[in-house]
Amino acid sequence: MTTHEEEIDDVSLLGSSDETLAIGLEPKKKLGFGFWLSAFWVVLIALLAILAPILPIKDPSENYIVTETAENLRGDLVEKPVQPPYPLSGKHLLGTDKDARDMLSRTIFGARISLAVGFITAFLGLAIGGSLGMLAGYFKGWLDKIISALFLVSLSFPGLILAILVVSLLDRSLWTISITIGILAIAPVGRLARAQTITFAEREFVIAAETLGAKRSRIILREMLPNVLIPMATLSMLVVAIAIVAEGALAFLGLSVQKTATWGKLILTGSDMNSLESAPWIAFVPIAFLFFTVAALNYMSDRLRDYFDVREMYDL
Amino acid sequence: MAGSGTAHLRKDDPSILLSVQNLVVEFPVGLRKKVHAVTNLSFDIAEGETLGIVGESGCGKSTTARAVIQLPKPTSGVVEFKQEDLTNLKGEDLRNIRPDIQMIFQDPISSLNPRRSVFNIVSEGINIWKEANGDLTEDRVIEIIKDVGLDVEEALVKRPHEYSGGQCQRISIARALVLDPKILICDEPVSSLDVSVQARILNMLEDMKERYGLTLLFISHDLSVVKNVSDRVAVMYLGKLCEIGDGDLLYEEPAHPYTRLLLAAIPDPNNKHSGNLDVLEGELPSPINPPSGCRFRTRCPRATEKCAAEEPEFQQIGNDDHWVACHFPHIGGDNGDDEITWPPQVAIEESE
Amino acid sequence: MTGSATILMLERCMTYKADEEHPLLVLEDYRIGFKTERGLAKAVDGVSLSLKRGQTLGIVGESGSGKTVLNRGVIGLLSARNTVESGSAKFEGEELVGENRQTFWGTKMAMIFQDPMTSLNPVMKVGNQVMEPLRQHQKLSRSEAKKRVADIFTLVGIPEPIKRLDQYPHELSGGMRQRVMIAIALAIEPDLLIADEPTTSLDVTVQKYILDLLTRVQKEQGMSMVLITHDLGVARGRADEILVMYGGRVMEHASTEDLFKKMSHPYTSALFSSIPHLHHKKHTRLTPIPGTPPDIIEPPTGCRFAPRCTYAQERCLLESPPMTHQGNHRFACFFPIGSQQGQEALTRNQQRGHTASGLQIRKKTEAT
Repeated sequence: MTTHEEEIDDVSLLGSSDETLAIGLEPKKKLGFGFWLSAFWVVLIALLAILAPILPIKDPSENYIVTETAENLRGDLVEKPVQPPYPLSGKHLLGTDKDARDMLSRTIFGARISLAVGFITAFLGLAIGGSLGMLAGYFKGWLDKIISALFLVSLSFPGLILAILVVSLLDRSLWTISITIGILAIAPVGRLARAQTITFAEREFVIAAETLGAKRSRIILREMLPNVLIPMATLSMLVVAIAIVAEGALAFLGLSVQKTATWGKLILTGSDMNSLESAPWIAFVPIAFLFFTVAALNYMSDRLRDYFDVREMYDL
Repeated sequence: MAGSGTAHLRKDDPSILLSVQNLVVEFPVGLRKKVHAVTNLSFDIAEGETLGIVGESGCGKSTTARAVIQLPKPTSGVVEFKQEDLTNLKGEDLRNIRPDIQMIFQDPISSLNPRRSVFNIVSEGINIWKEANGDLTEDRVIEIIKDVGLDVEEALVKRPHEYSGGQCQRISIARALVLDPKILICDEPVSSLDVSVQARILNMLEDMKERYGLTLLFISHDLSVVKNVSDRVAVMYLGKLCEIGDGDLLYEEPAHPYTRLLLAAIPDPNNKHSGNLDVLEGELPSPINPPSGCRFRTRCPRATEKCAAEEPEFQQIGNDDHWVACHFPHIGGDNGDDEITWPPQVAIEESE
Repeated sequence: MTGSATILMLERCMTYKADEEHPLLVLEDYRIGFKTERGLAKAVDGVSLSLKRGQTLGIVGESGSGKTVLNRGVIGLLSARNTVESGSAKFEGEELVGENRQTFWGTKMAMIFQDPMTSLNPVMKVGNQVMEPLRQHQKLSRSEAKKRVADIFTLVGIPEPIKRLDQYPHELSGGMRQRVMIAIALAIEPDLLIADEPTTSLDVTVQKYILDLLTRVQKEQGMSMVLITHDLGVARGRADEILVMYGGRVMEHASTEDLFKKMSHPYTSALFSSIPHLHHKKHTRLTPIPGTPPDIIEPPTGCRFAPRCTYAQERCLLESPPMTHQGNHRFACFFPIGSQQGQEALTRNQQRGHTASGLQIRKKTEAT
């Protein structure tokens, strides 16, 4: 040892990384082709639904009966109507139903209701359920007990019964149905929000914010919300999917929105034994749309959840 | 009133910045039981001093730190800071005193909001208080980020998970220093870090202490780290203080049997206390039902009936800054005849 | 394990006796790489060692040194999918590399891990967890196994063993859980125990107890042990020999006594100096190791430690130093501490103010 100990000046080496990060050991996260494909479909359907009235598609309620020349019993040539339903053709890209109404246009118009129900439901769930859940999770105590009890009651209540009750007591408008299903979505979203909030409320960065002197409102908005929002947003996509299916189920029972077509109604119309055998497209066109939309939403929700999952360092 | 006493407090000393007296923290568990996390703890810190609190898991050292900053408020006791009892402050009054007492935590990554940029995190203090205090500007944030050795440009865009553990700890330190606190409480700040990174952070804390005129309360289970960084060291066991005094003195002549046990257990090659005591039997007693009298008696080679009946109060050793709460302390570094009364005569209580 | 495989293994064991001349575990240029997007991450880059029966080898290194990967590789716990294993690792004369190591688990090799909470099954009673390997590998009946477990619990110092058998991991303290994990490992009376940072997350008094326990059992059962730790102090007290790893390679390897008497590799010395020691006065300035651990995918040419070494010369950046052997003490360095070359190298760096890799060296203004 020399009389003057050398001092390592480590300031010159301090750069962007002063300890090992497992560089390159974790693949860079991507949302993936499947995600973007699904997103494309959902956006497409939404656009089609919104723009339906101005799209160059046929009128959904008009009966496009086609006639053909045929001999009648006396041997004269007369115009006789061809019995619908008409299969897929150049005139009707997805065929027609038993009343000769164009399936493509009916499905697109049906999307308007189905998607509307989906998004209104998700919005209600997120706004009301999310807020209640966060408050319950952050403040705990008696507020938590009350809100959790409400959630529990809501979850235990058979949704179908509620829907039937509402329908028989009130009307069958878009808003009524949406709000009914929406109310049912509050509890599941709320519980997730509560669980996430509790997890984050225990993290030290929340205590750090308190030591800095942040007010509670600031902590909820600036520390908790950004963290809780992501899992809730991904859950909301799932809620949209479930709501669309729920509406379909209600329609199947004859309980959905009156007057206008919805996917559920279309499926119902095409689902008697006769049609399924001879003209399966009447049911399967709306089924396909429903399926792809729901699958796309589910898949997107899954990928988003993975993507935003902040992982810990890889330990060697 | 039973307790380890307050004889060791430096009363009427104008340089005392923080004085904790008879701190009690209890948590209810189940219907009728309570966890006695901290019981009648007293200590003080002078301005510019570093007090290290050391103890094993369950001793209540972290709970003490949280109680000092009133998160949550202790069950009872006095936390005197700048002539105010913090336990009496509420709401806005309490909030206003917060910038003066800051804290850094054990888990470097968990102490930072994963969704915010590092620059944003460090500026949080400024953003909260800038209306009240015009001195707090973004320049200060930039200056401090550079001071802890991080790149400002990167801090503006990167999030905590893009940094390593040691760097995250620096970010925490920067965040704490932005408000120019008087006291910085460090709760196991290097325990989760790699050995070579520990040294850097410890050096940095010493530098920051000097540069920013800080008073530190440093908590750790690692006696070597605590001794290195502190002026005075306090040893805690099961919610109580066993020994407190000058760090070097405590090491040279540990008086409390528990302190001696801790020192003996440390696997440091040059540890002169190594092997002084035989293997320790028995588990840590339950904090729900702690032993009567001296809480260490169930594992102490010197325990007698007196230790069960009467809780020891702090007494000074000689005229030094060295205080111990024990009926039979080791005075002057004598090694005593521990082996003769080992294993202990009193029954060892089971842990929960 | 099938009947014929058992017989085969028993035959092999009976013809091979690990003793002084025949080491229990021999590694030769053992390598483990992980396939990543950027290339092969050479986590273990050519490690050779030899472990005798009844001996304790301490492997010391920081995170990223490859010490954990090395041991998991030897025992066979790495997923085969992304792992590339090469070199030789012989246990009792049998080559492990490329082979399925399950025949060794539960019979001859056992491992204990750092965090007992995550290593124990939280929904299974601890008694059952210890009984499992006994019943599976040694074919004991339930009551036989139960009695054996109670005996082992007593051996590792778990009080009221019968009562503990029916408890779940979360009902026990950290120290107790670690003892349970040791019990699981020792129940099968392994020839080799690999302890990966077994006491790092425990209190210091519990740590001492656990390490004492391992040493005691080791002597009683004639077991060999590999003790992995980042703490030189722990290794010093418990290991017969110490292997210092950095960047996937062996930097220094010597008997414990020799290592501390004559520390030769600059990394070992830097590691030792970077931690606070009890005997230092308070506020002793620590000397951290500057710089960052190497990128194991594209490691620098030459010595892995050169970018952070105060002795580094130009040669160190170009050539990878081979092992120098001084009796049983070996190290990989061109300018070892205490040698003439080393002293000259250090002086040269001090005079010019920096090392060959750009590390600045500044003299302290006041002598300590």
